[in-house]
Amino acid sequence: MDLGPYLLLAILEGAVMASVLALTAVGLSLVFGVMRVVNIAHGEFFMLGAVLAWYVTQMVGGPPSLGFGVALVVAPLIVGAIAVAADMTVLKRLDYDPERTIVATIGLLYIIQQLTLMGYGPEARPVEPPFNTRLALPWFEVRDGALALYWPWGLSTTSYKLAVIGAGIAVLLGVWAMMARSQMGLVMRAVQADRDMALAFGIPVERVYAMVFGLGAALAALAAVLIVPISQAHYLMGADPLLLAFTVVIIGGLGSLPGTVVAAILIGLSDGIISVFFSPTLAKILATLLVALVLVFRPQGLFGVRSA
Amino acid sequence: MTRKLSRRGALTTLAGGAAALPLWARYTHAQTAEPIKVGFQVHRTGIGAAYGRWYDRTTDAAVKLINEGGGINGREVAMIAEDDGTNPKRGAEVVEKFANQHGCDVAYGTLFSHVVIGSAPRAGELKLPYFVVSEGHHVASGMLNRYTLQPGITDVRSQVLAMAPFVAENLGKKVTMIFADFAFGHDHRDYFTKAIEAQGGEVLAHIAIPPNETSFTRYFPKIPRDTEVLYHVMVGPSVLTFVKELGEFFGPSAPALFGFIDSLEAVDIASPGLEFLEGTYFWEGMCRDAQPDETEDEAFYRATVGVDAHGAAVEDPQDVSTYGHMFGCWVTMHAIKAGMEAAGYRGPQDRAALIEAVEAMGDMPHSRAYPQGPMRFNGRTHQVFGQQYISRVENGRLVRVHTTAIDESLYPDEVDYTQQPL
Repeated sequence: MDLGPYLLLAILEGAVMASVLALTAVGLSLVFGVMRVVNIAHGEFFMLGAVLAWYVTQMVGGPPSLGFGVALVVAPLIVGAIAVAADMTVLKRLDYDPERTIVATIGLLYIIQQLTLMGYGPEARPVEPPFNTRLALPWFEVRDGALALYWPWGLSTTSYKLAVIGAGIAVLLGVWAMMARSQMGLVMRAVQADRDMALAFGIPVERVYAMVFGLGAALAALAAVLIVPISQAHYLMGADPLLLAFTVVIIGGLGSLPGTVVAAILIGLSDGIISVFFSPTLAKILATLLVALVLVFRPQGLFGVRSA
Repeated sequence: MTRKLSRRGALTTLAGGAAALPLWARYTHAQTAEPIKVGFQVHRTGIGAAYGRWYDRTTDAAVKLINEGGGINGREVAMIAEDDGTNPKRGAEVVEKFANQHGCDVAYGTLFSHVVIGSAPRAGELKLPYFVVSEGHHVASGMLNRYTLQPGITDVRSQVLAMAPFVAENLGKKVTMIFADFAFGHDHRDYFTKAIEAQGGEVLAHIAIPPNETSFTRYFPKIPRDTEVLYHVMVGPSVLTFVKELGEFFGPSAPALFGFIDSLEAVDIASPGLEFLEGTYFWEGMCRDAQPDETEDEAFYRATVGVDAHGAAVEDPQDVSTYGHMFGCWVTMHAIKAGMEAAGYRGPQDRAALIEAVEAMGDMPHSRAYPQGPMRFNGRTHQVFGQQYISRVENGRLVRVHTTAIDESLYPDEVDYTQQPL
């Protein structure tokens, strides 16, 4: 394949990945920013979203778009509710102690994963996309001194992949608006800035924590519902997003939303481009190397603020 | 052969008599009423789970049939199944459990090549006969040991040897290979490349994809423009995504596609997004869609396992089987039975005799025990050889267009396991 079309294809693939990654990582970053909880079970909330999307589309039936539409709403809500319950029954009892919550969320990871294995089974199951038209993309070449369009082999995307990119952007804007403009966001930011002071001002910190934990999980689930028509629901699918989300969050700065989004785009696009031109393994190696460099030279992340 | 047939006749008579007895009395004519324990190493979880599910069902059906016919040497066959997570390390542990904890007579049933390669050395050390159903060339290559046998499914080297002439003559000579990046895929890479070169063709590019990969489009731009045939053999939980993205990548202007059915095992060909497979070719170990000339033995096997004419579970048409591979379990169970009967197997002290009896098997005619076709077991390399099938997708069904003879899949022995001590 020629360099130009090759690069365009890589960017398109990278953009789909970046958009899903951004949603997943923003959830992780939010939970860490507000609650100071490193949620190892985040990838499993992602997986639960995909698995629930499969169940919902199977139950609803009818045209694919109907089932998918319902899943888009229902799956994040259920996953959010599960996360809220986990927060109230487990994390709260540990007083959100950083070390103990890590161990607790590792436990949560295995419980969710194995319960899914017992209930849903070890198969990967597909969810039909609501729409999926193959879009061949043209490229230009100079022929006889004039620009001419042609359709290179393999240079294509699907309408659904473009919709995933669009949906990712829309949801991220929504999260930003909520954090910056709404009462709820204000409360969250207050808790993030100073938990004790917020408590003194009468903010129900524990309820905010439960809500943030639920929201973080719901965002992961939403990302999974978006990706499941492309890559199927499987009980082990949570591992990769977790690793990448941590990569993104560390590079962007734990707790910083703009940093997370920028890092997601950086990692998503570079992963797409490096895996197309070289190999997906090399892309992962470089991303991990970047994490190491960031941790050594800028531990607070690219956009993070050094805490006192 | 005549000896075997007369034994079967005798067994049938016995079974007829046994059927008239109550269950508790059925095995009393054996020297011991203890069941023969077969340790079944099954991929219940991990990347091999879809195969594991169907290997399980096929094995159940075969064991039920054998027990209804009076068991082995008059003793009931008891399966002891353990999940290996499709993981080589866990595989070796499972083999150890079979030998030391469960006291199994033999171990059986492993598919994924990396698990076989991880488990076989332990089986050899424990002197536990280990019957694999794996397709990999690792048994016949001499990499393993005298206690590891593959009497139920042909190996990759013989398969690709038989396929290469068809590919070169009918589809094209410039081939790009996409394969799963582990031992099994490497067998395809090594032996198909040689086989197609022997036909005057060449492989333009080798594209290796890890079996646990979930996104594939990014691998496809490496397919060279002048590719005439795209050869694909993928495994793992995401094979449906793999073929779907392959279709999306090429659109209307694809090269000829030749796939191993592995890329589509447990996947419904009628799934949305797979329309582009129409007119493409697949290797099959056994024809998933019932062919018009399906033999009685084949039909019996299909019905006993519980698979419909389209290769899906009778009770759930969405639950598509791994039909191109799972017959290997059925055949292997029958080979264990035949081997134990020929060796007069009584218990672990007769394991060496069992190995020698299986090594002596030779030609097996098409029958209920061999529903896939006639097979020939090579006792020196511990590997069975058989017919291979090429099917073409027509109206969403796999229609067999070519059958290769056993002789087309033979190659010189790379090892003589019979020289190793027992």
